[in-house]
Amino acid sequence: MNTATKPDTDVLQQIREQAGQRFEQLGWPTPRLEEWKYTNLQALQSRFDAGAFREAATPAASRSSASLPLRFGDRALGELVFVNGVFSPEASSLPSVAGLRVTTFRNASVDVLEEHFARYADYERHALVALNTANAQDGAVIEADAAIEGFVHVLFVGSDGFQSFPRNLIVAGRGSQLAVVESYAGTGAYFTNSVTEIVAEDGAVVDHYRLECESLEAFHVGTVQIHQGRSSSVSSRSFAVGGAVARNDTNAVLAAEGANLVLEGLFVTNGTQHIDNHTLIDHAVPHCESVELYKGILDGSSRGIFDGKIMVREGAQKTVSRQTNKNLLLSKTAVVDSKPTLEIFNDDVKCNHGSTIGQLEEEPLFYLRSRGIGQEEARNLLVYAFASELVDRIRIDAVREQIGRAMFQQMPGRLPDRRGEQR
Amino acid sequence: MLEIKNLHAGIDGKEILHGLDLHVGSGEVHAIMGPNGSGKSTLANVLAGRPRYHVTAGSVSYEGKDLLALPTEERAREGVFLAMQYPVEIPGVNNIYFLKAALNAVRKHHGEEELDAMEFLQLARQKMKLVELDEAFMNRAVNEGFSGGEKKRNEIFQMAVLDPKLAILDETDSGLDIDALRIVAGGVNALRSEKHSVLVITHYQRLLSYLVPDFVHVLANGRIVRSGGKELAEELEQKGYEWIEQEVAAGAR
Ligand SMILES: Nc1ncnc2c1ncn2[C@@H]1O[C@H](COP(=O)(O)OP(=O)(O)OP(=O)(O)O)[C@@H](O)[C@H]1O
Ligand SMILES: [Mg+2]
Repeated sequence: MNTATKPDTDVLQQIREQAGQRFEQLGWPTPRLEEWKYTNLQALQSRFDAGAFREAATPAASRSSASLPLRFGDRALGELVFVNGVFSPEASSLPSVAGLRVTTFRNASVDVLEEHFARYADYERHALVALNTANAQDGAVIEADAAIEGFVHVLFVGSDGFQSFPRNLIVAGRGSQLAVVESYAGTGAYFTNSVTEIVAEDGAVVDHYRLECESLEAFHVGTVQIHQGRSSSVSSRSFAVGGAVARNDTNAVLAAEGANLVLEGLFVTNGTQHIDNHTLIDHAVPHCESVELYKGILDGSSRGIFDGKIMVREGAQKTVSRQTNKNLLLSKTAVVDSKPTLEIFNDDVKCNHGSTIGQLEEEPLFYLRSRGIGQEEARNLLVYAFASELVDRIRIDAVREQIGRAMFQQMPGRLPDRRGEQR
Repeated sequence: MLEIKNLHAGIDGKEILHGLDLHVGSGEVHAIMGPNGSGKSTLANVLAGRPRYHVTAGSVSYEGKDLLALPTEERAREGVFLAMQYPVEIPGVNNIYFLKAALNAVRKHHGEEELDAMEFLQLARQKMKLVELDEAFMNRAVNEGFSGGEKKRNEIFQMAVLDPKLAILDETDSGLDIDALRIVAGGVNALRSEKHSVLVITHYQRLLSYLVPDFVHVLANGRIVRSGGKELAEELEQKGYEWIEQEVAAGAR
């Protein structure tokens, strides 16, 4: 069992206290705020205030590691498992690979925390980041200073009645290469409030995958904050299917010339689910490029949101940026809001954005049916095809399979066994 | 096998076919020719059950069944196949997966055992050779990025795999060079038998010299205005459609 205390050096303690105070000042976000106009956290807030969720002190002994979902086991270089926010050493395996340091937040060196903790995710402006920063229990601290083959998996599992505040820090040093998968799952009604900070130093290459596959009763508010150095290359891919109410923020600052960012997201909602995706790409300097594609598939009476802003600052000439959001509505009662925004403060840029909302197209549906495929199966095939564009871009086979399975399970109809047949 | 009587049909509320009659017997190959806009594709699409096409009067009986009462996929499972004039691209749906699902849906309908991946691949390979399609195409998305000729060959490949009783080819020859034309005709000829009927929609005699029809019909203004043997196609090739349209107009006066 891990009995190390929280990394409470003076500096860190100071940050926590500041964040806590800031949360008190900001209060819970309400739909009156532009950034929260589609998502009402009232139900969460009242439960939270009433103390409906408790914090875990030890990983639930009842959960044998065999019953944990979404495990990669040997296929990952290392796997860190947190149950209700608490590290489970029995279920975890730490990698021993040259150039790669993986530890828990609690065991991380004070140096790395002092250098990076809360430097990027802005608790002054974002209440839920402040809440996490004040309460952050544990999480993964992953540092690379070489080109690492393979990937590290960080898994957070929640269970009924708990709240947790996962906090991750990913630092890819100069010229290094690193892939990290971050997943969230669980059972029952619980609250996850996570923050992941990703730093790609000069020339670093980072591939980040985030699978939000929380229980359908859970509340999830997660933030990914990316900070990019010169000529760094980052991809962050978000796959969201879980949660009664889920809010996923991914923000990136391209802080030095030549930085390159790929932001992608796929959200699949059904029943009465509500999944809100916000992204902010901040082009702060010249000669950076960002490409963003988000897709939503909405069924039942669910609601999905894509709100993505690209900010090109005054000095950021020669910025290239492309933002696309496509949504597929599978029922008459599902709703999607799409709000792509470009804010450009200089005219020497190449930027475009677009969004579509539509139903399944008649022509492909007819084509499939005209060959004997039933209406239902034809529909499913086309829905999978829509999602596959993003799933197929996952470069690591094991990750693509795992995430594909998690996503397709939530989709209507049965999962066609198509994976093995591609190439 | 196919009996069309007094068919009135159209698209989006506009009537295109104004009382069409056609009888296709088992094992017969019928060619339908006619000017642009005369309703050839409308006929093909109505037979396949394409959305937005509607029938206002008349009947279509296929092997004694009311074809128009069946949903699209049922028609396909009963052996009706339409090689489309403009095959749609379906990104993200793998060609080979799609066709295996289709074939197994047809087999299931007939109480036959479904083919597993290996068995299917074996069959598919054999049919690919027939239309000289490279295996690489099979692992791509349905029609995505295919050239015009490749799309048409893919239609014939699908036909060969599904082995329909009534194949309707809507201008499958258009835009094909002579080699591709020979391949397409070869694919259809391989299907010909006592039990297989073919309805070939075309503008050109070209295809019909490889795929010799038993009957040729001229469709003009939504009706079959003339029927004959294969000589009719040659006559049309030389004289165009105008003389027939004039004769019809004269007769109507
Ligand atoms: N959506 C539509 N609404 C109204 N009229 C339509 C629509 N689609 C097609 N038409 C018309 O229906 C008529 C018949 O079209 P059809 O495609 O059946 O002709 P065709 O004989 O196949 O012609 P082609 O030789 O050019 O392929 C044409 O005049 C066409 O313009
Ligand atoms: Mg036509």
